[in-house]
Amino acid sequence: MTKPHTSKVHLSSRHAIELLGQMILIRRFEETCAELYGAEKIRGFLHLYIGEEANAVGVMQALTPDDAVVATYREHGHALARGLPVREVMAEMYGKASGSSRGRGGSMHIFDVNRRFYGGNAIVGGALPLAVGLALADKMQGRNRVTCCIFGEGAAAEGEFHESLNLAALWKLPVLFVCENNRYAMGTAIERSESVIDMCVHAQSYGIPAEAVDGMDVVAVEVAARRMAEEVRAGGGPRFLEDKTYRFRAHSMFDPELYRSKAEVEEWKKRDPIPRFARWLQDAGLLHEADVAVVEKDVARVIEEAVAFAEAAPWEPVEDLLRDVYTPRTDTAVRR
Amino acid sequence: MTLMRKITYREAVREALKEALERDERVFLMGEDVGRYGGAYACSKGLLQEFGEQRIRDTPLSESGFVGAGIGAALGGMRPVIEIMTVNFSLLALDQIVNNAATLRHMSGGQLSVPIVIRMATGAGRQLAAQHSHSLECWFAHIPGIKVLAPATVADARGMLWTAILDPDPVVIFEHATLYNEEGEVGAEGDLGVDIECAAVRRAGRDATIITYGGSLKKSLAATEQLASDGIDCEVIDLRALRPLDDKAIMASVVKTHRAVIVDEGWRSGSLSAEISARIMEQALYDLDAPVARVCSAEVPIPYPRHLEIAATPQPEAIVGAVRGVMRK
Amino acid sequence: MIEFRMPSLGADMEAATLVEWVKKPGDRLKRGDVIAVVETQKGAIEIEVFNDGVLDEILTNIGEKVPVGRAIATIRGMDEALGPALRAAVPVAAPEKIAPVTAPPEEAARPPPETRVVQAQITPAARRRAQELGVDLAAVKPGLGGVVGLDQVEAARPVTKERPGILFDEMRNAIAAAMARSHREIPHYYVASTIDVSRLMDWLEAENSRRSVPARLICAVPLMRAAALALKETPELNGHYEEGRFEPAGRVNMGVAVAMRGGGLIAPAILEAEILDMDELMERLRDLVARVRGGRLRSSELSQGTVTFSNLGEETADSVLPLIYPPQVAIIGCGQIAERPWADHGAVVVRRTLTVSVAGDHRVSDGRRAAQFLTHFQQLLHNPEKL
Repeated sequence: MTKPHTSKVHLSSRHAIELLGQMILIRRFEETCAELYGAEKIRGFLHLYIGEEANAVGVMQALTPDDAVVATYREHGHALARGLPVREVMAEMYGKASGSSRGRGGSMHIFDVNRRFYGGNAIVGGALPLAVGLALADKMQGRNRVTCCIFGEGAAAEGEFHESLNLAALWKLPVLFVCENNRYAMGTAIERSESVIDMCVHAQSYGIPAEAVDGMDVVAVEVAARRMAEEVRAGGGPRFLEDKTYRFRAHSMFDPELYRSKAEVEEWKKRDPIPRFARWLQDAGLLHEADVAVVEKDVARVIEEAVAFAEAAPWEPVEDLLRDVYTPRTDTAVRR
Repeated sequence: MTLMRKITYREAVREALKEALERDERVFLMGEDVGRYGGAYACSKGLLQEFGEQRIRDTPLSESGFVGAGIGAALGGMRPVIEIMTVNFSLLALDQIVNNAATLRHMSGGQLSVPIVIRMATGAGRQLAAQHSHSLECWFAHIPGIKVLAPATVADARGMLWTAILDPDPVVIFEHATLYNEEGEVGAEGDLGVDIECAAVRRAGRDATIITYGGSLKKSLAATEQLASDGIDCEVIDLRALRPLDDKAIMASVVKTHRAVIVDEGWRSGSLSAEISARIMEQALYDLDAPVARVCSAEVPIPYPRHLEIAATPQPEAIVGAVRGVMRK
Repeated sequence: MIEFRMPSLGADMEAATLVEWVKKPGDRLKRGDVIAVVETQKGAIEIEVFNDGVLDEILTNIGEKVPVGRAIATIRGMDEALGPALRAAVPVAAPEKIAPVTAPPEEAARPPPETRVVQAQITPAARRRAQELGVDLAAVKPGLGGVVGLDQVEAARPVTKERPGILFDEMRNAIAAAMARSHREIPHYYVASTIDVSRLMDWLEAENSRRSVPARLICAVPLMRAAALALKETPELNGHYEEGRFEPAGRVNMGVAVAMRGGGLIAPAILEAEILDMDELMERLRDLVARVRGGRLRSSELSQGTVTFSNLGEETADSVLPLIYPPQVAIIGCGQIAERPWADHGAVVVRRTLTVSVAGDHRVSDGRRAAQFLTHFQQLLHNPEKL
């Protein structure tokens, strides 16, 4: 495990509550989704982020609203940490027209262009080239902003991972690659799929400066992410951050987890980022036990309201089936 | 009436690229060997010198990577023209085209548009054997969310690119490899911005309708010469756009002639000709005086020796035979 | 002596332009030496020889565009007795043009013949045309391949046999009966209007002066055209009334009253008159009149009229009050065009005018409709160039 770097983050009480609150929001949101899925309110695939909250929360702290985020199908946490309205994300889970993507995408395709949140991508490795392209557009148009591309370690086996890292390094593009290494690509442990299991080595082979960090430590993640984002912003080309983390739940809902032992899961649960951080803050005197209760109460209210919103939200009419396949043209004449 | 001049298809593509780069600074060309090499088919010769490395980007051999990057750049406000050397290599980028370019608008609930243009060479006829001779236009024409073009004339090669660039949705343009040396007429200032939705009647006729696209157009026209000397007057429709298909033009012709022959260089099974035949059956059954005939590639990977390559692909003789068949003459 | 030919440097290279000779006649050549520089679509490329020898003769000049495979120089061997095996590679002769095998469809489009019930194969277009023409498909002889197509159905169109005398006697009796029935059964009403046709006649005269004699239009033609167009707007004047019901016709099959030799009037129809332009109408009219004189009309022309047009043109009557031919529901009659006094803006002038009458079946239409028809008819005649 990597030692946390010297903190440049000023951990005020307010900031601490913010970090903790976001992680708790994600946790409770995901637990609610699991329940709703069992009740068949959410259908299809559901990939829960439980255990990995520190990654999304820490990394989002390093980004400005002008930066871009490209994520995977396990993106609910990133969406919430990015600031997408909880009710809209929940409505999207339900498939309602009031959802982030009009209900058309569902759990795996949450998009919010106003917050520069580009999904929600279901093909492993498939969004890495998109992130490279967004960064390319920024560089070509002289805009100084970061594209943060978040993916799991499973993507490292895909050709697109290598093509994207190579292109980003070759053209010195402002991409912050964040690899959430939770050690399992669905049911395949990293040792069984990668000849080199150190993700940083992969990045370094393309000449991209890379670091690993304890993904169960939200502050460590935030510190590393901020530093790397600044380096990218300074025009140093891409950076690669590996968050060593663990998902407490299965890959998706329908997964008997035959590929790992319960004992291993229990061992990692002891490092649950939320109680760990809460304890640390209480020990440091930045937080009282009562504060946590207040946060939990707030979060419960927000989620209850989001569920009610989603329940009541309308379905998109079937007559609208064929919309949004092509962009409507306001003029049919060819412009010269 | 503008003055006409004669240029080759490849010159038309180059002119169209150059003009697009001049007109709109968001446009850039990206692909393998488009810069220093001047383009695998010499379509971008000289452009690197004129527009520089930022806008004429040589890429590594990473079809998925650079097509996806093009899609991302389009999301980010650019108007990329991505060149995939041939349709044969586009298979490596199908994930990006089908799972990203075609779906982002829909999956995001209408928040995103992907204004990308992807150009690629296609087709057989140069003895390049099985892995370099595909005609897979129908696979792309199958996908909602993208538009597919097949410029068969020099004028269309010149004019379709700008309209495609202005289109807010992904447009895939297929350039048949045997057309690059062909000469044709364009206006003095070029045919900037022709429509990309309508088929064109390249030859009017009364007895039978030949429906075709891309590299098969000239073979179809050659067949009509021979048929005309036998008193059979064919109408030839150049589809120009493969998605969307111009049903109106197809049916207007079939209703007039009562007989249809479709010439498609794809393999027969599951081809674009099968789709067109189905549509004719749906929309003009009671006007047909014969079953719709199809002239397609034989069910074999394209062979290397010339005589076998010819036998495997649509040729004027076979088109003549198919027209005679529907005429029952 | 070896012929050195323009090599192919790429799959899509067809020709190249000679821009420089690097070696000159008399130079010694080694395998791999660059002999010349050629310009291709991809740029300038050096071409090399694959034989040792001496450059004998240059066959191509600078600036010439040479197709791949053409000899551009000759090389003589160090040893002139070199065998054929060591000559410069002669390009493979273009293979014989082999007739391509049209790949047969993997699955037969039809089941094998012996399992089929012997039934005519009738194309959808043929089926529909047969219905339109009233042709009995069972009686149509199949064409090539056992298929009944449009050609076969067209060929089976019923044609009235040529028996002039007897046929026309029968016809005259039938007309007499029809007229009696018309008078008995159809409650006729009449609406008439006198129209200034000066513009029409001026236009017609100018138009005809531009045309050769065979192409000229008689004045009935624009009248018929205008009538056909106007009838599209008043469907109650165009159709059949049978068994207590009126069936408006989708087409205007315009019966034209033609005088028969030996007296009597017959009104065979020009089918689908509303889609014919004036030249086509003229052609049909001429053909009809000829066939009436020759006694060769078709049954459909006699039975399928949906309205009749009676033009007394050359006669001296100013107007006519015709009888409707059942089962039609209207008839349009035109008197002669003549110069008559006319009131125009308070002054009396002389104009060529025409009186048009419409007789209608009062069970189907009324004077208002007929008057609307006449108004429209008149409007159309005021713009003859648009007909």
